[in-house]
Amino acid sequence: MAEIHNAGRPLSPHLQIYRGGLTMMMSIVHRATGMALYFGVILMVWWLSAAATSDDYFGLVQGFWGSWFGRVVLFGFTWALVHHAIGGLRHLLWDTGRGFELPTVELMAKANLIGSVVITIVLWIIGYGVMP
Amino acid sequence: MSMRTPLGKVRGLGSAKDGTEHWWLQRVTAIANIPLIIFLVIFVIAHLGATRAQLVASIGNPFVAILLALTFISVLWHMRLGLQVVIEDYVHGHAVKFAALLANSFVALLLGVAALFAILKMSFGL
Repeated sequence: MAEIHNAGRPLSPHLQIYRGGLTMMMSIVHRATGMALYFGVILMVWWLSAAATSDDYFGLVQGFWGSWFGRVVLFGFTWALVHHAIGGLRHLLWDTGRGFELPTVELMAKANLIGSVVITIVLWIIGYGVMP
Repeated sequence: MSMRTPLGKVRGLGSAKDGTEHWWLQRVTAIANIPLIIFLVIFVIAHLGATRAQLVASIGNPFVAILLALTFISVLWHMRLGLQVVIEDYVHGHAVKFAALLANSFVALLLGVAALFAILKMSFGL
């Protein structure tokens, strides 16, 4: 890991060089959702730790998740999780050397986006259905 | 003719000195995450609005406790590897990068131990 000295030398092209596109956006979103899930996991561990601590503390955390703000966070968390999971499946397919044809790549990107929204909404409908 | 030494070839670690281990573990945990995340989502939905006693009773089931523990181990491992790449891509100062990578490892381990402690405590009975 040598220090990087850029004495005006040309660099490998970065984001601003390329014309934007769906697959590029999906790549960025995959990374962004991964980072967002880091905070989602912190909230999950908070929830479990509260449940292991006391009735009062668990009530406080449940109250947060039940509030409108908590539900917005949880909805975003659900979408990020589903989107990242489907995106991960695309990557696992690519790892086998398949699915690199441009029409396939475009189709999978769209399916990932639409699928993540649909599955998230379905999960929430089920969630509201089973909630007492 | 290859310029690589026989020892270098056998080790297979390449110029990054750690071979494909990072990439491979990212995939192994990704595959493990698929069924585990499906379990976690079902578990969370099934416990929406649950009382603490109901939640503790569910985690008292050893299968639930083991699956939950595996979920957190796999997810946190995957998460640490993922954020490590993000840090290596965007943080360039030596000291800051080192601190960020260290913090990433510590946070992942802290969350893992906290999650496992909570799961075991509830599973063994409060």
